[in-house]
Amino acid sequence: MSIAAHLPALQVVLPLLSAPLAVLLRHGGLAFAIVTAGAWAAFAAAVGLWLQAGELGVVSYHIGSWAPPWGIEYRVDRLASFVLLLVSGTAAVVLPYSRASIEREIPREQHYLYYAMFGLCLAGLLGITITGDAFNIFVFLEISSLSTYVLIALGRDRRALAASYRYLIMGTIGATFIVIGIGFLYLMTGTLNLADMAERLRAVESSRPALAALAFLTVGISLKLALFPLHQWLPNAYTHAPSAVTAFLAATATKVSVYVLIRFWFSVFGETLVFHNLPLPQIMLLLSLAAMFAASFIAIFQDNLKRLFAYSSVGQIGYITLGLHFDSVAGLTASIVHLFNHGVTKAAIFLLIGGIVAASAATTAQGAVSPRLTFDRLAGLAKRMPLTCFGIVVAGLSLIGVPGTAGFISKWTLIVAALEKEQYWLVGAILLSSLLAVAYVWRFVEVAYFKPAPKASGRQEAPPGLLIPAWLLVLATIWFGLDTSFTIGTAAEAAQQLVRVGK
Amino acid sequence: MSALQLAFVIPLLGAFGIALADRQPNLRESVTLVTAVLLFGTVLQLLDPVLAGERPELTLFELLPGLSIAFKVEPLGMLFGLIASGLWIVNSVYSIGYMRGNKEQHQTRFYVCFALSLVSALAIAFAGNLLTLFLFYEVLTLMTYPLVTHAGTDKARAGGRTYLAILMGTSILFLLPAVIYVWHVAGTTDFTAGGILPDDMEGGAVSVLLALFMFGIGKAALMPFHRWLPAAMVAPTPVSALLHAVAVVKAGVFSVVKIVVYVFGLDILAGVTDWLVALSGFTIVAASIVALSADNLKRRLAYSTVSQLSYVILAAALLAPLSIIGAALHIATHAFAKITLFFTAGAIYTAAHKTEVSQLNGIGRRMPWTMAAFTIGALSLIGIPPAAGFVSKWFILGSAAEGGHYLAVAVLVGSTLLNAAYFLPIVHAAFFKPLSAEDAHHPHGEAPWPMLLALLTTAAGTLALFFFSAPLLRLVQPLVSA
Repeated sequence: MSIAAHLPALQVVLPLLSAPLAVLLRHGGLAFAIVTAGAWAAFAAAVGLWLQAGELGVVSYHIGSWAPPWGIEYRVDRLASFVLLLVSGTAAVVLPYSRASIEREIPREQHYLYYAMFGLCLAGLLGITITGDAFNIFVFLEISSLSTYVLIALGRDRRALAASYRYLIMGTIGATFIVIGIGFLYLMTGTLNLADMAERLRAVESSRPALAALAFLTVGISLKLALFPLHQWLPNAYTHAPSAVTAFLAATATKVSVYVLIRFWFSVFGETLVFHNLPLPQIMLLLSLAAMFAASFIAIFQDNLKRLFAYSSVGQIGYITLGLHFDSVAGLTASIVHLFNHGVTKAAIFLLIGGIVAASAATTAQGAVSPRLTFDRLAGLAKRMPLTCFGIVVAGLSLIGVPGTAGFISKWTLIVAALEKEQYWLVGAILLSSLLAVAYVWRFVEVAYFKPAPKASGRQEAPPGLLIPAWLLVLATIWFGLDTSFTIGTAAEAAQQLVRVGK
Repeated sequence: MSALQLAFVIPLLGAFGIALADRQPNLRESVTLVTAVLLFGTVLQLLDPVLAGERPELTLFELLPGLSIAFKVEPLGMLFGLIASGLWIVNSVYSIGYMRGNKEQHQTRFYVCFALSLVSALAIAFAGNLLTLFLFYEVLTLMTYPLVTHAGTDKARAGGRTYLAILMGTSILFLLPAVIYVWHVAGTTDFTAGGILPDDMEGGAVSVLLALFMFGIGKAALMPFHRWLPAAMVAPTPVSALLHAVAVVKAGVFSVVKIVVYVFGLDILAGVTDWLVALSGFTIVAASIVALSADNLKRRLAYSTVSQLSYVILAAALLAPLSIIGAALHIATHAFAKITLFFTAGAIYTAAHKTEVSQLNGIGRRMPWTMAAFTIGALSLIGIPPAAGFVSKWFILGSAAEGGHYLAVAVLVGSTLLNAAYFLPIVHAAFFKPLSAEDAHHPHGEAPWPMLLALLTTAAGTLALFFFSAPLLRLVQPLVSA
């Protein structure tokens, strides 16, 4: 058999193997090479799978040739292929960036550990996305979560430890809820294969354990995706983690959790149960609105740049979950598109912020604690780092949803979904909340461009190793704002597939 | 490459060239001038086909399924494109004198942003659908923001904040949902003669949509969303002159007319525009009264702009063929008159370092040419022949009287008096009052010659438009006959 037939397995196995190899080699440079190669291979595999899923609709792969429902099935539909691309693509950009970035943020002797953990985390996230087996989801979720805790704690800043610990507690509670939910489902259906489970669930879908399973899963996953008000772990984790880690997590971790929620809601429980028999859409609507307004509002008053954009992430997740509550193809399309667009945009922002960290760390004594990016230290930054600042502004425009950027496309699809349901007030709410984004993005603009720099200093741009990957994503933000055939095309197909299956 | 493509490529290349010539001011300014001249020549090439009834088109790419970034030149856009690109040449000459005369900083950034603003203005002029118009409407806001905050002072920053908050806020809150709603009900956003909305749309929905558009287009400065315009006056005067008297605000009222004619169509609006007539009438009078009390010359001019923009909105809201022609003409005539007035304000500032109306006693003797140009601009805004403003006002007034809109007639007459009240005293003071004792000891003459050349050119243009308004009429005629 050709390699093409085994792409689903390779997708996960390659990055998974790169991690132990990195540990065995115990050398930062070699670990970098091997994990990066793994991530690029995974990206190539994801491209291949996206093409295959486009042709076939669904790619089903039987691990060890054991047919489902007995064996573990890897199942790539349109949605999975889209998320695989986002996750592996982000990793492929962030890893080369890491080389220059962790130089200044993580002690040298721990570099190989960083790469190993990165490889594991990547494998875990890809595994969650690709697998068609409920227990497998939990296993990969734990792989990615545990490696994430380590990655966050690697920061030199000692607050990173506390942030990581906090995330560990919250994440474990979430994972426990998820495993309880899966346990109930197994109890009621006797299978772990998601497709099989969906079929057998029809007969018992209004039984108490099935409803309890839905509740446990929804709450557990919401914790992992940082749905307001279960987001408390996120701002600290994003703020204190090493820059490259923040960028990777912001673009992928919460997005994969959203993917899992969509998977369980639409592919397993089905629309009828989730949307017609239970008040879940109303709850989701309320929490999404709370996220869009409260988190964005909190973001405006943050004094730390990373924390500001972390709260912005919580707000933006609100748009994604808002799209889910419509129970329509248009709404689901909006969610999926925004999941992708926001991932790209936020990754770009956090990579650029990493450049600021690197540049300001270089000015202090080597080995010092990486500086906190409070606004008073950013005064006049645009003079010193024009490219970095301009990049943040462009990506910030995407957060606002200015036309010509990816964020505009998200907002447009979301509003079309709201109009379709004739929820006109919601259109107003979506637009009002984007004004909050103007406020927090412009806080940065005013400080960076108008406040005079503390002392006269020349240009001090981030090194090219940091600037090039970051700007690649900034350009992608613009590209996906102008050419939407890939993003909207795939998202619309994915949404149609999900709704058809769920019926 | 077609002329339409070139109209975008030339200024883009120009912006790039300006950035490259950062350290050689003479080369940089030459690039600006050459770009402006080439651009005007290119836009001019489109005129004959458009007059002959052709509608050159250009589709770039599909932004959303069924929605493209597309351009289509029709008479109204042609008019706006000609004005913006033509006045850019004059303004560039003026800028060189002003920026050098006042030793402004960051001149490269200034010229680059200016070129990019022009690209956006042209893209708005030639937009083939609402989405394209909205896209470049926002781009224009962003491109002019660095120009407004050019000085970098706290005052500039505060002005920029107001500028951005109002323009961005209204466009996101009102214009964007209006655009999406049109797409939702009509299935297209292409500008089509006679409108695209379904005929059976309810009156209530039409009213709401009209309100969303009128308040969403903050650049048209309809009260209560007019405050960005006086706030933008912290910008260097060439910016106020071309952008905040021509490109930006005209993009606003141009969009209003374009949407009324090509999205709504005059028929569907019948009976729902009364509030708009009243509100634009109120804006005309209220802004004139504020202008009357403003001592700062640029502030007075800004409020005069707010008032004059509402002439266009009022004319569009009257929904008569003649008034639509009046609206289109007023875009042109006000552009020439107001840019002249701003040019003179900047010339006075550069030569005499004066910004307040009360300081202008006797300045006509020191700067006779400048103040003569000022007088012509003022006459045009008041609407006295032989200045261009008379022509457009005549059309608007005529159609208001014909349609029995007595409120509109009253507003127009009253505003003429107010205009006279806030402009003529300046002319009188400049030429007939004696110089103050302090001024007598600080001799100064006219502003640098590039500025003088520019302001005399536009003043001459203001007169020329009165005597040769026939070609202009021929251009905008198809707006209502099609």
